[in-house]
Amino acid sequence: MPQSAEKTKDHVSLFKEPEYTEMFADKKAKFECRPSDEAVAAQAEYTKTWEYREKNFAREKAVINPAKACQPLGAVFAAQGFEETMPYVHGSQGCVAYFRSHLARHFKEAVPCVSDSMTEDAAVFGGLTNIVDGLQNSYTLYKPKMIAVSTTCMAEVIGDDLSAFIATAKEKESVPADFAVPFAHTPSFVGSHTTGYDNMIKGVLNYFWDREKGELKAGATNGKINIIPGFDGYAVANNRELKRYLDTMGVDYTFISDVSDIYDTPSDGTYRMYDGGTKLDDVRDAINAKATIGLQHYCSEKSLEYIGTKGQATTSFHYPMGVGATDALLMKISELSGKAIPDSIEKERGRLVDAMADSQAYLHGKKVAVFGDPDFVYAMATFLLEMGCEPTHCLSTNGGKDWAAKMEALFATSPFGAGCKAYAGKDLWHMRSLLFTEPTDLLIGSSYGKYLEKDTGIPLIRLTFPIFDRHHHHRFPTMGYQGALRVLVEILDRIFEVTDAASDISYDLTR
Amino acid sequence: MSLDYTNDSAAAEALIKEVLDAYPEKSGKRRAKHLAVAKPTDEAGTTGCGVKSNIKSIPGVMTIRGCAYAGSKGVVWGPVKDMVHISHGPVGCGQYSWSQRRNYFNGTVGIDSFVTMQVTSDFQERDIVFGGDKNLDAMIDELDVMFPLNKGISIQSECPIGLIGDDIEAVAKKKHKETGKTIVPVRCEGFRGVSQSLGHHIANDAIRDWVFEKGVPEFETGPYDVNLIADYNIGGDAWPSRKLLEEMGLRVIGMWSGDATLAEMARAPKAKLNLIHCYRSMNYICRHMEEKYGISWVEYNFFGPTQIAASLRKIAAQFDETIQANAEKVIAKYQGLVDSIVAKYKPRLDGKQVMLYVGGLRPRHVANAYEDLGMKIVGTGYEFGHNDDYQRTGHYVKEGTLIYDDVTGYELEKFIEKIRPDLVGSGIKEKYATQKMGVPFRQMHSWDYSGPYHGYDGFAIFARDMDMAINSPVWSKFKAPWKAA
Repeated sequence: MPQSAEKTKDHVSLFKEPEYTEMFADKKAKFECRPSDEAVAAQAEYTKTWEYREKNFAREKAVINPAKACQPLGAVFAAQGFEETMPYVHGSQGCVAYFRSHLARHFKEAVPCVSDSMTEDAAVFGGLTNIVDGLQNSYTLYKPKMIAVSTTCMAEVIGDDLSAFIATAKEKESVPADFAVPFAHTPSFVGSHTTGYDNMIKGVLNYFWDREKGELKAGATNGKINIIPGFDGYAVANNRELKRYLDTMGVDYTFISDVSDIYDTPSDGTYRMYDGGTKLDDVRDAINAKATIGLQHYCSEKSLEYIGTKGQATTSFHYPMGVGATDALLMKISELSGKAIPDSIEKERGRLVDAMADSQAYLHGKKVAVFGDPDFVYAMATFLLEMGCEPTHCLSTNGGKDWAAKMEALFATSPFGAGCKAYAGKDLWHMRSLLFTEPTDLLIGSSYGKYLEKDTGIPLIRLTFPIFDRHHHHRFPTMGYQGALRVLVEILDRIFEVTDAASDISYDLTR
Repeated sequence: MSLDYTNDSAAAEALIKEVLDAYPEKSGKRRAKHLAVAKPTDEAGTTGCGVKSNIKSIPGVMTIRGCAYAGSKGVVWGPVKDMVHISHGPVGCGQYSWSQRRNYFNGTVGIDSFVTMQVTSDFQERDIVFGGDKNLDAMIDELDVMFPLNKGISIQSECPIGLIGDDIEAVAKKKHKETGKTIVPVRCEGFRGVSQSLGHHIANDAIRDWVFEKGVPEFETGPYDVNLIADYNIGGDAWPSRKLLEEMGLRVIGMWSGDATLAEMARAPKAKLNLIHCYRSMNYICRHMEEKYGISWVEYNFFGPTQIAASLRKIAAQFDETIQANAEKVIAKYQGLVDSIVAKYKPRLDGKQVMLYVGGLRPRHVANAYEDLGMKIVGTGYEFGHNDDYQRTGHYVKEGTLIYDDVTGYELEKFIEKIRPDLVGSGIKEKYATQKMGVPFRQMHSWDYSGPYHGYDGFAIFARDMDMAINSPVWSKFKAPWKAA
């Protein structure tokens, strides 16, 4: 008998016991009607070939293991970054169960969010009744300061009009007339979660700047800089790290959506449904800022365009990670605010460069495959080039032609970019073919990359959302010089682990 | 080993009143029908757990429920390992459900098994406007090129499919004609029904309509052939279950649907008896097999030694004396293991109070497993139960137990805060809020990435995990010492 109370075996070891392996073999032989082991082995080998790769890249309709999610996920994430805000999704309820689970699995935090549970009758008659009841119930039960409404594809397909529905709900006194109910249409058949993030940020700004008290124009400057962080699995630590820089520089700022508290609440006996986030008054006042910076271009295109219509200067980055990208961000902040970059930050920069110099021999010429959201992949490739690595395969399922062109331009800036290529709109089954036909030393991406690591043997480094199978990575920054240092160490650790495992002879004590 | 206790009915009634007062009047009235306190045991030995169930969730209250797609793709079809399951529609549904249910299987991913993959038609705006049938047709061809060893394809409809009038059945028939392979269209759009539950039913009907009598592999039947139905092999649950059945001399000719192949699904009507674990998600197909093929079915429960022994005897009673004698031998064989588990953990868990909120069968099925360890169930409820689930619950829970159907985030938080049980067993959405309050928690959908919990082998893990959660030293660190006074 394999099991005992003393040494309890769970799934990790139990199923290696002969009682089980024999049962598996018996089941397979007698009942499963599987293809032969030879056929399986042959097909497994075939998928590693150039011929299979060509068939794989000829795919036009089937999407296999994409690395992107849908719009309302990003909208919910964005909404949670505002003070005492309840994200509200108009449409089918299953979507909300999925968003909450998906975010909770990454952040290891509760994700409050409501649905208005539209079903067949709403599909026929529209979801007005759902929104009238739903707003009233959420407002009464959960006492938010704001309810931020986005949509599922069901509501979008039947064409529900959020603006009119919310107005009707207010007429019916579901919520007070002056209660903040910004909204964003977030069809999941357009763009991805980064699009939904952008739409919700724009929706919130639009509510406070154009709808709450009529169309506003920027007044006297409040001297602040607005920061839109974008959809970032590391937002908890990255937002804090950027605030540290801004505080050190003496820059006044407003984060437009800040999830760093709500996705990192303490365990002290109290559950906080709301914690931190951008104050609604700060959102109102943000129209008077000197400028707005989008940290992730592809998460803030529409929002920045809208902010621009209010006469404010805007600029965007591609997830500032690494030396040059952090330099550029800080210099831009300095330029916009008129505040100098202090010596203490320059010293941090020097320490990062020092670390890179110490380790350059282990990084030089290492081939790396990267996948994730377009801004992350751009940032990671940039930093890899700075370290002398070659970001050989850069893949973004939600990246477009514009992104691919920017990537190619980036590769052209460095001799290390010579053999590198960007793959826009491709999925992780494409990446599998790339890794088999043109192997790299490392793979950087999210937890989804673990299947590629298993199949190809190429070590995975988890550096972007979602990370389900490792704990607490998101509690440490990836942006700024400190963040870059951490990313550097993660890459080095993996390289050293692989080297240690590779050879008994070169099992060196010092490297 | 059943424990004798009752819970405080008056306190539970007061708690229900308190939470209902927080709602707007109309919603409070609707919610009132879903909350109850278990009545005293009647002559049949069951407690009354009558609440309204399987009714639409109220908008805006933070229901924990999912949708029909989750019930079909996520529960019933997704685990069938040698088929490719297309999440047909926009990218999200397939993405969020990708590899999240831990339906273990043996096989090579992407070659002859496809369980931990996310295959989607990734609908774009043009598909909504022009329809997705043509692309679906082309996609099925592409999947056959990519995965030539697949045994079939299922089409799991997401919300837009039913709204834009696509005819996936026509595509399925056409592709079946062309390829000879099993192609199963499933109308499990997320807006259908009120929860995952209708998705189970629709998925069951799809097995009936698109798998049964469509060609069965050569097979010699035997007198002890059974199907193990509605065990999804979460963390490997179905395997210790299968082992027990085989040890008592039965032949499991199909496992549904954890670690299942299409052949195991197709062959099922040849069995002598269907053994059903999760009644909620697959009673439909069992009833169909009973009506159409005369196969009777038996519900069983493999959580905890009391229920395992009772279930083995109940199953054996359907067969001859040899099997019945074998069942006794199996029970005796594991008695030592059971005794050592109880001896180790009962002193650490005795009298601890448990609140549950799960789906399917678990709000009742696990109750006795806790009681086997000396623990008490003080509250339980179903995400998507029906009347017949609550009737069955009466056999498991004691008078005074708080019953909550389709509980809202608000209610569950208040119940936990006021009752302060020693353990809550629910899902990922409930886990972190509960733990922040300082209340130990185990996910009882995914086994919190542990398992198996079924069978005797699983009971050891179950006991270990509950002990780990409740007796972790971390719970004593919540208050900063300078604030302890």
